[in-house]
This record gives sequence, C-alpha cells and structure tokens, in this order.
Amino acid sequence: MTPKQLAQLQAIVGAENCLATEADRLIHAYDATQRRHPPDIVVYPNSTEEVSQVMRLAHTWRLPVTPRGAGSGFSGGALPVAGGVELVLTRMNRILEIDRENFIAVAEPGVVTADFQRAVESLGLFYPPDPASQEFCTLGGNIAENAGGPRCLKYGVTRDYVLGLTVVSAQGEIFHTGGRTLKNVAGYDLTHLIVGSEGTLGIVTAITLKLLPKPASKKTMLAQFSSINGAARAVTAIISGKIIPTTLEFMDAATISCIRERSPIPLPDKCQAALIIEVDGDPAQVETQMVAIATLIAPCDLLRGQIAANVQDTERIWQVRRAVSPSLKQLGPDKFNEDIVVPRAQLPQMIEALEEIAARLQVRIVNFGHAGDGNIHVNIMVDLRQERMEEKARQAVGEVFQAAVGLRGSISGEHGIGTVKAGYLGLEIDPVAMAMMRRVKAAFDPDNLLNPGKIFPPP
Amino acid sequence: MKNPSLADYHEAMRQCVKCGACQAKCPTYRLTRREGAVARGKIALASALADGEIAMENALLRDLDFCLLCGGCATACPNAVPTPEIVAAVRREISAQRGFSPLTRGIARLTASPKLLKMAARMAAAGETLAPGIVAKRIPEESGLRLRLPKAMAGRLLPQIPRRNLFDRLPEKIAGQPGKPTIGFFAGCGLTYLFPHVGEMAVHLLNRLGYSVLFPKNQGCCGIPATSCGDGAAVERLAARNVNAFAGADIIVTACASCYSGIGAYRAMGAADFSGKTVEFCDFIVRERLQDILFAEKKDGADGNSPAPWRRVTWHDPCHLKRHGLTAAPRKILANLPGIDFIEMAGASLCCGLGGSFSLKHYDASKAIGAAKIPGLQASEAELVITSCPGCLVQLQDTISRAGLNIRVAHVVEVLADATAGKYSLKSGQV
Ligand SMILES: Cc1cc2nc3c(=O)[nH]c(=O)nc-3n(C[C@H](O)[C@H](O)[C@H](O)COP(=O)(O)OP(=O)(O)OC[C@H]3O[C@@H](n4cnc5c(N)ncnc54)[C@H](O)[C@@H]3O)c2cc1C
Ligand code: SF4
Ligand code: SF4
Repeated sequence: MTPKQLAQLQAIVGAENCLATEADRLIHAYDATQRRHPPDIVVYPNSTEEVSQVMRLAHTWRLPVTPRGAGSGFSGGALPVAGGVELVLTRMNRILEIDRENFIAVAEPGVVTADFQRAVESLGLFYPPDPASQEFCTLGGNIAENAGGPRCLKYGVTRDYVLGLTVVSAQGEIFHTGGRTLKNVAGYDLTHLIVGSEGTLGIVTAITLKLLPKPASKKTMLAQFSSINGAARAVTAIISGKIIPTTLEFMDAATISCIRERSPIPLPDKCQAALIIEVDGDPAQVETQMVAIATLIAPCDLLRGQIAANVQDTERIWQVRRAVSPSLKQLGPDKFNEDIVVPRAQLPQMIEALEEIAARLQVRIVNFGHAGDGNIHVNIMVDLRQERMEEKARQAVGEVFQAAVGLRGSISGEHGIGTVKAGYLGLEIDPVAMAMMRRVKAAFDPDNLLNPGKIFPPP
Repeated sequence: MKNPSLADYHEAMRQCVKCGACQAKCPTYRLTRREGAVARGKIALASALADGEIAMENALLRDLDFCLLCGGCATACPNAVPTPEIVAAVRREISAQRGFSPLTRGIARLTASPKLLKMAARMAAAGETLAPGIVAKRIPEESGLRLRLPKAMAGRLLPQIPRRNLFDRLPEKIAGQPGKPTIGFFAGCGLTYLFPHVGEMAVHLLNRLGYSVLFPKNQGCCGIPATSCGDGAAVERLAARNVNAFAGADIIVTACASCYSGIGAYRAMGAADFSGKTVEFCDFIVRERLQDILFAEKKDGADGNSPAPWRRVTWHDPCHLKRHGLTAAPRKILANLPGIDFIEMAGASLCCGLGGSFSLKHYDASKAIGAAKIPGLQASEAELVITSCPGCLVQLQDTISRAGLNIRVAHVVEVLADATAGKYSLKSGQV
C-alpha cells in the first residue's frame, strides 16, 4: 500500500475510515476462529457507492479484498488470508424499509440480526432465522454463510428469506438480483447463488428479506431422557406424528454432565439426553400440540417432561441450553468446534460414531445441536499444551467429517467452509461439481481477488 | 495495597475467544461500530502490548482511551473476561511510561486529595458553577488542578453545588441501639459534594433502623476517577486511606453505585477483608428485610401516604451495579413502595454514557450514548427515573433536558426516605 493509494482510498471513505497502523491491522486480523491474518488496510465504507469505488480501485491495483461483518464466523471467512483490503460493513447498518403490506424489508448488510428482528417484531412481523450469535452477527454475514438456528426446523434457513440483493462485483460494478416478490423465475437465480458464497462472489450492500406474521404465542418443554436413543426416537415420533416444532434442540450425556452443576433445572444422573422442544402458533393450537407431543414422547425412555407455564419457566429452560458453551472449558481449554449435519433419522448412528471416535482417540467430545434437522455441534475439547494433542484433535476432526459424509450428511450445516474446512471439501463434493464451482467463481471473479483462499481446497 | 499489573491479567486475556459477543453490550461499539471500540479489540491490543508485540502507538492509545469502563462487555461475555479491569491496567501502564495528559492529571490529583476536593467544591459552591471549568483561579497552575472542562462541554447541565457538604452536615459517629452492628458509611465524592442530602438521608435511614453509623471524616474518593485516568499510585493511596478509615466498621454501606465498584476493587489490591464487608445500600435494605421495618414503623406513627406528585417511576441500572449482578434489589424496593407504580423501561440497563473522564474527553460520544436511553424512557411514560449513582443522575438529567422531556431524576434513597416519611416531596432533590 503506497501513500498515494492510501490517499485515494481516504478520498472515497474519509481518512477516519481507512485504518492502516500496526494496531489497526492487529485488531482486524482475527474472527471467532481465533486465527490471525492481518490485512494491509482496513476500510469502513458507508454506502453501496463507496463500496463500488473501493472495489474498482482494489481491482485496478490487483489487491485482494475480504468483506467482513461482525467477525463472528466460525470458519474463518472474514480472515484476510492473502492480506490486502479488509472491507468492514458494520457502519452500513440502516434498515431502509419495512413494507407492512408486502411483508418485506430492505436492510443494509451491517444491521445486527437481532436489531432487525426487534424492529420487525415491533410491527407485528417476524424474521425467523435465529443463529445463536444473533445479538451481534450481521445480516450480511448471515447471507454470506447462509446462517441457521434452532427455529430453522420449522421456518428454514436464511436463504429461505432472501428475495433480492444489491451486490458490488469484484470489478466494482453494482448489480441487483431477484426482487421484491415471492415468485421470480427470470433468469438464473443469482440471489441464491450469492447466499452462502462466503463473500467470494460479490459484496452484498443491500438485502431484501421476506417476513412472516409474528406467531401469537409459543410453548416450551424440557424433556429429559435416560438414553440418547430414546431422545432420537422421540424426535422421530414427534415428526411422524405430523408436528413440526419450531425448535428441537438436543444435548447428549457429555453435555449434560458438563452443565449439571450450573443448570437452573435439576438434571439427575439418570438423565443421559435432553431435548428442548418449542412450538409456536395461535394459543389453542400451541396447547394441543404440546399435549400431543407429551403423549408421543412418553414411551421413549422419557424421565421427565417439563412444560413451561410462564415466561420465567421458558427462560429457565433456555438457560439450561445457554449454560452449555461457558461450561465446556472444564473439559479442556481448547475447542475444536464443528457443525456437521446428517439426515435426521441417522442422528443416533452419528452420535454412536462420535462416541466411538472419542473413546478410540482418547479425546473428550461433547455434542449438542439441532436434532430436528440433524445438525450436530461437535465440540472436541482438548488441551493443546499436551504432547501431540493437536495431531490427535485433527485426526478426530477428519474422522468426524468422514463419518458425517458416510451417513450422507455434510461437513457443515451452518458455519460454512471458509479456511478452516477448505481442506475437507473434497470429502463431500465430487470432482466434477468442484470444477463447476471453480468455474462459477472464475466467472464472477476471474482474477481471484475477492476473498481468496476460502472454500476451495488449497492446490 | 498494590494494583494488579497488566501481567496479572495474562490468563484472563487468554480467556478471550474472539467470539464477538461483547459487541452486543458495548456502548462505544454500538455507537461507532468499530473493532477498536469493543472489548475484543481492546483485549487484543492489551495482550499484544503485554507480550511486547506492539508499541504504544497512537491508534492503540486512541482505542484504549475510548472505553467507558462500564463492563457491558463483561456481562455479555461467555467467559466473563474483565475488560474494564484490563483496560484500567493498560492505562496505568501507559501513564507510567508516557505520563499523563493535563486533563487526566487534573482529575486524578483533584479526586486523590480530599483537601483539594473540599476546597474546589467550596469555591464552586460560592459562585463559580462547575461549568465551564471545575476550577478555581486561586489554585496554582502547577498543581494540575486548573482543570478546565473542554470547550465542547459548554452547555453541559451540572447540578448547583450545595454550600454545605456531607462532612459539614454529619457527625463522625451516630449511636444506634446497643448490640446492633456499626455501619461505616462510605459516601464518595458525589454524595459528599453534589448530593449531600442523599448521603444524609441514607445515614438517617440506617440509624433509624437501629444501627450505629460511623462516618469517618478522613475517608476519601473511592478511586474510580483515578483508575479511569490510569493513576495507579493515587488509587493505591486512596485505598490505603479508606481501608484505614473504616477499620472500626462491622459493615460498610455505600449508596453510590460507582463507589461500590471502586471500593470493591480493593479486593484485588489485597484488602479482601474490607471489600468483604462492603454492601450496596439497596442490597443491604433488601437482604436484611429492612423495608418491612421501615414501613411498619411508619404505619404506627404517620397517617399513610399523601399522593405522590408522580405515579409512574422507572429504574436506570448503573453500570457499576449491573456489573456485579445487583439489579434485583432496587427494583424490589421500588415495586413495593406505596403510592407509585414501578414500570420497567426498555433499555434500563443501557449505560448513561458518562463513564467519568470519558465524558470529559469524548463529550459528543457521551451524549450520543446517553441519547440511546431516550426511546425506552419515553415509551415507559415514566415521570420519574430513579437510580443510585450520582454520575448517572447528572448525566441522565443532562440527556433528558437535551431531549426536551419533562422527566425528573432522583436517587433511590430520596424516594425511599420520602416514602417512609409518608410524603413524596424530593424537595431537596433538585438535580
Ligand atoms: C457464539 C457463536 C454462536 C454462533 N451460532 C451460530 C448459529 O447458531 N448458526 C449459524 O449459522 N452460525 C452461528 N455462528 C457463526 C456466525 O455467527 C455466523 O456465521 C454469522 O452469519 C456470521 O456473521 P458475521 O457478521 O459475524 O460475519 P463475519 O464472520 O464477519 O463474516 C462471515 C463471512 O461473511 C462474509 N461477509 C460478511 N459480510 C458480507 C457482505 N456484506 N457481503 C459479502 N460477504 C460478506 C465474510 O467475508 C465471511 O466470509 C455463531 C458464532 C458464534 C461466535
Ligand atoms: S467497558 Fe464498556 S465501553 Fe469499554 S469495552 Fe467494555 S462495554 Fe465497551
Ligand atoms: S465476549 Fe468475551 S470472549 Fe468473546 S470476544 Fe468479547 S471479550 Fe472476548
């Protein structure tokens, strides 16, 4: 970065929005993966137009550009592994429009997901995607990773709510995809190609989202089981019973033993698996569904089913779930956190495979996640200061991915591939499909300047 | 008494897993949306500095200066990383190596010396209002006390300083019922000089409950302003002075949220005994079930409550209570007061934006952070907002006036004292 180049960037976004000192580069080098790759310069644009001008210059200079939202990604998508420009979109955080007649909203990428949810909910509307990071991650990051969350069982993932995008290309051109209608079959569906593309095809600068009416009520249950198999059968029983709950979160025995001490609801030793089941809709329907669920799961090694009677109860049930992340550290200071997904019915087989890997490699593995859609957060807890632990943990990760793919699942349900899983993509994607993906990338970004080093296995 | 050093936080800093959750609760981040403003960025800088990876360059100083020490981040952090303590430790390191700015030196010196503070308050009360300069022309330039508020602060609403401070109003010892413990009352600068009537009321309430009250005249500032300015030596001197002053107390009660946090920090400096005896006023009232006694007593004598001049009241969480999980006690007190409706407002736990020296250095940011309280306040339709930190009182009143709202501000002690007296007057509570 020459002084002249810096001055040109400053002219576009203002000097205070171009950061290039040692300290600035240091604090923009990481994301939630905790890896470090400092950019050469950090730019905080404030409009589509500014993004376009920055991209144009970067393209002329052949400088890599890495878009970034809140940096909460778990796959290293926002890491500027090739240096260059880090383009942080957090200042672009305006909700441009909430259209109550058409049930759509338009927002900039830097809007924090939960802020957006609160804004639409205050008008009786509803935006379902609810990643656990919703209080701090951005809509732009959600689009780029196609984020999911507990409610996705009933409501689908981010992709299902994106109607249209404003995008800046690697060359700096501004283009629009999709529109404001639920139906739209004009040409290729670029909208949904860009959703989940991890910032490698374009910079998203405005997002048109579909909204739903806000459900009138919800009901929550904590169900404790004496076996993981019982919990798995309960999941199947509920869905075969033609009820799609909003949420079906599960915790395995290792998770439960981690939180037993700090759980606000007693979890006896006999409890070897737990489900948090939530249904929503109008009050009468919610009541009947909960009663039906209680009956359906009763024969499945159920120890106890507690239905929340009020908001405090509901809060207490979710506190059980929230106790998980902070309590994992007691098993080891370092965490390898993967989010594999398998077809729902293969969940017990996957858990078995995970237990086998843990026992054979002598590592602690804790599993919890979204049982309804087969998405398991696999946490391999180790102490990297121990000799050869890193190697062992990596072997475990590799085997976990193989097991998931073997059950015809995927190596990532919601966190994306980024840099941390790039080496494993070939396990799942066949060579022809991989080549096709590379050609798509080349069509959008022939010079490989937009978020290079992501998704594709290193050569 | 010794401050922890930056190196002492090595393990705490390692606990930061860079998840970004602190962004949700960091007022400076919510305002600027920049990584340098949020705990995650500050921890990265602090640990790089501790590891010798980076020098004290301007961008680093800028980011570590731009922090309210409010602890919002720590309440959102899954690993409870103590960012305010870490930032304070870095500031001590910075000032040790690079000295102080005139403003920070002024604040630290003023609050570190009870004598100077008394003198400044007297002079301010005698005519020179705090704005535009805390001031005193007679104070020699080199004392560092010719502390002028930055020009940008002109127009800042500050309370009139009463002529008689709390030391003038209270004796050193007030006897209670025999056999009851002695409570040491830690007043702090705010309740001593700006709101002495609140300090008086708190002490009288405690005494009415039968406690002997010790009000040591040699107590000083809790040390928060000096901490925020990075003056470690001043904090250590104040801590030693206060620990010594309260040696005779069984329990130490403070009605200032910031002081509660400030004297609580002596624990990490080696005064676990002192900090262990410290209780926050509302917490004490609720924990000891004193509210029942106060009202039982009143029912015997007075003839019930005359109607309050306002009905709807709400609570603002001072950061320095929220950080320590003290959010339930004041609400419990307010919800049980006769003749008023306690309403929870949206954003009750949002920082008021003062942050001590932060608002002196970054007044525009401080105002903007404070303004975030307005929508919640307005929606609550409260007529009175109650809190327990003098700093929050000043800042909230400034924010409310700026927004052109007609909402009053009061310390919880005033409202409780009024309620037990059977008449809500807040007559001396004009902020
Ligand atoms: C505690 C915790 C819990 C989490 N829980 C979940 C969960 O339940 N479900 C889930 O799906 N994820 C979860 N995540 C992962 C993460 O929060 C999501 O992937 C989120 O979508 C990332 O958003 P972000 O704003 O932080 O994006 P970043 O991490 O900054 O970036 C992520 C990717 O998006 C790209 N990008 C960002 N903005 C744009 C843009 N405007 N245009 C183009 N590309 C862009 C970046 O280049 C990068 O590749 C969790 C993370 C944490 C730390
Ligand atoms: S103490 Fe307050 S201002 Fe400072 S980083 Fe934490 S939340 Fe932000
Ligand atoms: S929330 Fe805590 S652990 Fe996460 S980035 Fe912030 S300080 Fe670090």
